[in-house]
Amino acid sequence: MWKYILKRILTLIPVLIGVTLIVYLIMSFAPGDPAITILGDQAKPEAIAQLREEMHLNDPVLVQYGRYIINLVQGDMGTSYKTKKEVSFEISSRFPNTLKLSLVAVILSVVLAIPLGIVAAVKQNTFIDGFSMIIALLGVSIPIFWFALLLMLLFSLKLGWLPSSGNSYWYSIILPAAALGLHGIASIARVTRSSMLEVIRQDYIRTARSKGVPYSTVIKRHALRNALIPTVTVIGLEIGSLLGGSVLTETVFAWPGIGRYMITSISGRDIPSVLGCIIVFTLCFSVCNLIVDLLYGFIDPRIKSQYS
Amino acid sequence: MSKIITEDHQEGEVQVFKKQSLLAETWRRLKKNWSAMVGLAIVVLLILMAVFADVLYDYDNVVIKQDIANRLQAPTSAHPFGTDEVGRDILARIVHGSRVSLEIGFLAVIFSLFIGGFLGAISGFFGGKIDNVIMRIMDVFLAIPGTLLAICIMAALGSSIFKLIIALSVSNVPVFARIVRGSVLTVRDVEYVEAARAIGCKNGTIIFGHVLPNSLAPVIVQTTLNIAGVILTIAGLSFLGLGVSEPRPEWGGMLSSGRAYIRDYSYMTMFPGLMIMITILALNLLGDGLRDALDPRLR
Amino acid sequence: MSNKSNNSASKTSAGQETQYELDIKNLVVEYRTPDGVVQALNGLDLQIPHGKTLGLGGRDRRRKDDGRPVHFAADSFPPGVIVDGTIYLAGEDLMKKSEQEMEHIRGQKVSMIFQDPMTSLNPVMPVQEQIAEVIEMHEKISNSEAIQKAKAMLELVGIPGERGTEYPHQFSGGMKQRVVIAIALACNPGLLIADEPTTALDVTIQAQVLEMMKNLRDKYDTSMLMITHDLGIVAEVCDTVSIIYAGHVVEHGTLEDVFDHTCHPYTEGLFNSLPNLEDRTAKLKPIKGLMPDPSNLPKGCPFCPRCDYAMDICKTQKPLRVYRNEEHYVECFLYNEQNIKEGGVIGK
Repeated sequence: MWKYILKRILTLIPVLIGVTLIVYLIMSFAPGDPAITILGDQAKPEAIAQLREEMHLNDPVLVQYGRYIINLVQGDMGTSYKTKKEVSFEISSRFPNTLKLSLVAVILSVVLAIPLGIVAAVKQNTFIDGFSMIIALLGVSIPIFWFALLLMLLFSLKLGWLPSSGNSYWYSIILPAAALGLHGIASIARVTRSSMLEVIRQDYIRTARSKGVPYSTVIKRHALRNALIPTVTVIGLEIGSLLGGSVLTETVFAWPGIGRYMITSISGRDIPSVLGCIIVFTLCFSVCNLIVDLLYGFIDPRIKSQYS
Repeated sequence: MSKIITEDHQEGEVQVFKKQSLLAETWRRLKKNWSAMVGLAIVVLLILMAVFADVLYDYDNVVIKQDIANRLQAPTSAHPFGTDEVGRDILARIVHGSRVSLEIGFLAVIFSLFIGGFLGAISGFFGGKIDNVIMRIMDVFLAIPGTLLAICIMAALGSSIFKLIIALSVSNVPVFARIVRGSVLTVRDVEYVEAARAIGCKNGTIIFGHVLPNSLAPVIVQTTLNIAGVILTIAGLSFLGLGVSEPRPEWGGMLSSGRAYIRDYSYMTMFPGLMIMITILALNLLGDGLRDALDPRLR
Repeated sequence: MSNKSNNSASKTSAGQETQYELDIKNLVVEYRTPDGVVQALNGLDLQIPHGKTLGLGGRDRRRKDDGRPVHFAADSFPPGVIVDGTIYLAGEDLMKKSEQEMEHIRGQKVSMIFQDPMTSLNPVMPVQEQIAEVIEMHEKISNSEAIQKAKAMLELVGIPGERGTEYPHQFSGGMKQRVVIAIALACNPGLLIADEPTTALDVTIQAQVLEMMKNLRDKYDTSMLMITHDLGIVAEVCDTVSIIYAGHVVEHGTLEDVFDHTCHPYTEGLFNSLPNLEDRTAKLKPIKGLMPDPSNLPKGCPFCPRCDYAMDICKTQKPLRVYRNEEHYVECFLYNEQNIKEGGVIGK
């Protein structure tokens, strides 16, 4: 088992390197001269030229990339063009906020969605099933940023119950987490339901029934674990869209995370910051996917045998 | 009823069910699914709305022309959805916005479908080193969450429609590549392909005649669902100021400008958001319906 | 092991003596589908005396539909609806049982072996737990004791007890089926229903599994209903045979009766369609025509369209039951009280 984990981590490394390369190359096409961004429009041409030399901006792109990577593995993501502070500092001071928000959103999704999906499947074609699946369908169709605005409109501006921005109180996290988690709740519930329906039709469920096991026990003991396998896949996918969604949610609620930081950096042409944010996001995504993959091994003994 | 003659020369009658073509069969099954039909109807309406947008509202005079005197008007009979912060009719902008969303969304997905499908097909068919290299590259792109990649590309390249389409397709290429590759792998080693080879069919014939039709079903479903995702991404990008730029109307962009006025003029954020939701909902219903209709196990 | 002799002498509440482990009379089961009503069973009669094995033969395209009477063991009938008839298990009327009572009966008084061993076991549960489950369900013992018993059952079916902690995918098809058999026999049921238990298996494994089933059956004095299209298996394992066609028994008797004194044309057709080992150049003789559409059964004898001996009366009326001896009967217009004693299919 551990060999497999190690192998997966090792294959992750070239992928991450590839990601940094691609993102770096893309950002190198960004318009504007970094030296001008730092020094301002009024700076003298000589100062600009000198700064360009110091920052090695005249070197070929790949050389600059190489330098960036070497610094990156030492934890140095460069300096923000705007705040002049270390990018790694800017990111690490904001990252916990995004992490907190994402975790709450994920836990919310899973805890609400899986029971919902199970009930909908067991009571297929009844009112509960139809109703919850319509809600789920709406949930995957609503744009996150619009839902966030609606939540803010209702609970902040009209009702005044919850703050509309910032992270000042413990309950500030409620609205952003709800906005972020909606899509996850909806899609996880749908997959859990369809997966359960599939499992219920399987032969081994019939075998269990023929032993005289009551229906509710059959669901709990036999159906559930088998049905969770596709659900775990979707949870992995949701994490990806969660990361994208956090950018939008943080923007709407002015939540001090790296999503919002990335957007402000983009408008400020602060390339190292943007780069740093994307790399951190990608790293998170990959680690989460790895965890999800390993989770399979624990749930499904067939997969476990493949890796032992 | 058809006549059959058995081996010992007896005649009998047998009821024969004619096998319909895939298209007819799929349509028949889709028709039974009323939610999919609702989705289809809405999508058709949207397409019509986009096609006839110019007929309904003149672009230069109504959609982008500012009319400050009439700004921020609540919905009335003259302006059923109200006016925005510079006096433009919101309904007109929504109608034209559908053109933007549908055109760009459709193009982006078709683009990624062809590139991804092509890569997936050769990757699956030829296997070996080619497969390895292509899939590794796909993995790199898949490791970056789609919206973020689009944001990154748009941030770097600036907003033009063409660059937007590229930004949107890039993250969908690996998805299609995976699907097509998967189908190809399933079919490549199947007996009837071996048989085809045995009677001398060329690779090309096999790919187009046997392998690609096999991947048609999941590709169709994925295309429909991807268009929904792309439209959502376009809206998100425009909301952040990175997508379609003013004065062209785009639903996400309209939400963004409405945000500042949300407290007192909430209608500005209601209608565009509702449009996005209805569009995505319709596409999802259609996509789900297609998935069920094309499911080989239910045939 | 419970005392099985009780069953042969017990009385029902109506005071009748029940010698049968399983007694099905005139069972009519329909499937109500959106496309129409399908007659799965048309007045099925089945009697299995205690300790005996009945083979349910006949080559039906929709095998499972004919096996539906046995699915009362597994489910409470969906999607079929019982329209008429009675089912008595060891003297108890199953139609009158509540779902909870049925759950007590399943696994303990009657258990079932299904056709496909590859999918009959839960892939994420160790096999000993799957066996222990049925034991714990019906006996008040602790989990560890149940596991011990489960291991003993594994040994009984020829699998080392230590392998109990393994998962189904780690076993071959034949071994999986043995596990299924172990589950079925763990609580010592009075009736075991086997639905094509060896069809999915390799022929050599088939022989082993059948042998094992016979031994266990003899050891525990279990009655058995063996549903199979393979007449060879019927000959190996069964005491009596019922030949089913279109959801109805057309011929029934002991092995000797049906194999040596075949009466019904369908049964004759079944035997004829077996390849002849001695005469290798003889042509195969299939039964002409196709199975009738269960949602649209013909009037009169259902086998009439395919019958070599069909007469006019066969098209319009359903044949009555004619007995050749105490056990052997056939439903066919070829026979009456007199000529049936002469044996063989008339008109050959």
